[in-house]
Amino acid sequence: MSATDLQVDRQGRLLHFLTVEGLTRRHLTEILDTAESLRGVAERRVKKLPTLHGKTVVNLFFEASTRTRTTFELAAKRLSADVLNLNIATSATTKGESLLDTLRNIEAMQCDMFVVRHAQSGAADFMARHVKPHIAVLNAGDGCHAHPTQGMLDAFTIRRHKPDFPSLQVAIVGDILHSRVARSLIHALNILGAGEVRVIAPRTLLPAWVESLGARVFHSPKVGLREVDVIVMLRLQRERMERALLPTEQEFFQQYGLTEERLALAKPDAIVMHPGPINRGVEIDSRVADGPRSVILEQVTNGIAVRMAIMSIVLGNHARPIEEDA
Amino acid sequence: MRDAEFLIEVMAGQLQDLLVRRGIAEPALVGVHTGGVWVAERLRQRLGIATPLGRLDISFYRDDFSRIGVNPQVRPSELPFDVDDRHVVLIDDVLYTGRTVRAALNELFDYGRPASVLLAVLADRGGRELPVEANVVGTRLKLPPGQQIQLVGPEPLQLLIQTAP
Repeated sequence: MSATDLQVDRQGRLLHFLTVEGLTRRHLTEILDTAESLRGVAERRVKKLPTLHGKTVVNLFFEASTRTRTTFELAAKRLSADVLNLNIATSATTKGESLLDTLRNIEAMQCDMFVVRHAQSGAADFMARHVKPHIAVLNAGDGCHAHPTQGMLDAFTIRRHKPDFPSLQVAIVGDILHSRVARSLIHALNILGAGEVRVIAPRTLLPAWVESLGARVFHSPKVGLREVDVIVMLRLQRERMERALLPTEQEFFQQYGLTEERLALAKPDAIVMHPGPINRGVEIDSRVADGPRSVILEQVTNGIAVRMAIMSIVLGNHARPIEEDA
Repeated sequence: MRDAEFLIEVMAGQLQDLLVRRGIAEPALVGVHTGGVWVAERLRQRLGIATPLGRLDISFYRDDFSRIGVNPQVRPSELPFDVDDRHVVLIDDVLYTGRTVRAALNELFDYGRPASVLLAVLADRGGRELPVEANVVGTRLKLPPGQQIQLVGPEPLQLLIQTAP
């Protein structure tokens, strides 16, 4: 069973959120519209909704993360769920416990949702395959495979600034090879009908799947950034570079780093995005990262609403009794 | 099918009298999505109220999330005024079990502490499951549980009564 078949039930309802790949435009639009309704919660006196009152969400992080874990935690808390944070790097797995044993033990604590981050591609799928049917699994990043909630929050941020998707031109720049963010975002943009997705990267950081997803490949930002509406800079993932794929960071910045001069090639109202954490002076110049066109911090804020939307939709679908086939 | 404009006229008269009796000069009107917002828009116009209209979508406050999940058509709630110490008029199209009003009150109080809340509804069909009553009622109908009543609109606004399939 593929991840897509695993996350959607016979009626087409989302039961887990493992990957954007294979979902329909209706699925994505429902998530984006629901997130739009949840955005205002942060501006109220009481930044909390009673929707997931009495539910328990477990953040299972086998890999370090600050932003993703905290925004998932905040999302769950703003929906009134109880949250348990498990940083597995510092717990029982280092004592030799298997992934399945960890899962069974946490399951025995009567939880409703697992949010999983793991260095291994497919870890969240594995969880979804083995959890009890009442438990929902959300993928918070698995290896170089997918980071679907990040892809959705990027799509949400783009839609808020540039709602006309058919005429949209998006450039994704940098370390595509190690980027689960890029893959999830390209899938989301394709499903939502974005006009054109461009990928700008050196050959050594360009995986084979890019062109099969219909992205236009450029090796030079000078050509690739021309007239785009959105620039998504990716983090150079130094920790994933097992062998030297690049000469030096300075050279990468010279060739691909987003500077004010390069930003001027894009449309005058183009926005600049980055999933974070940013390497200043490696993939992006500070003047651009902190400049008026940057929506990088807005992405963080939007991430909370998008994760709230996904959590409430998925747990809501678990709540509903499955209708018998007519 | 019943014309709702006449009922809104009735509501406007009742609400006007009630506001005078309570000494409320500038209330804030809040409609519950979707039918309640249509009624609230018209009442605000008739009563010449300057405060912008509030809109509540109570989807995230419903008490049956564990049965039906999230409404995929949820819209943003917006209260474009400070709720603290305001006299609020909550407006809905149909009052039935009282559960929507319970949810709307809970949501309202997450924005602030109003001075008072009045409830105005276009139609009260009976069948209450919670201790909730309206201060202003356009029409009272005795409908058996099998019948459905729905406000269709926004132009024209009409009350549709039909037997559930």
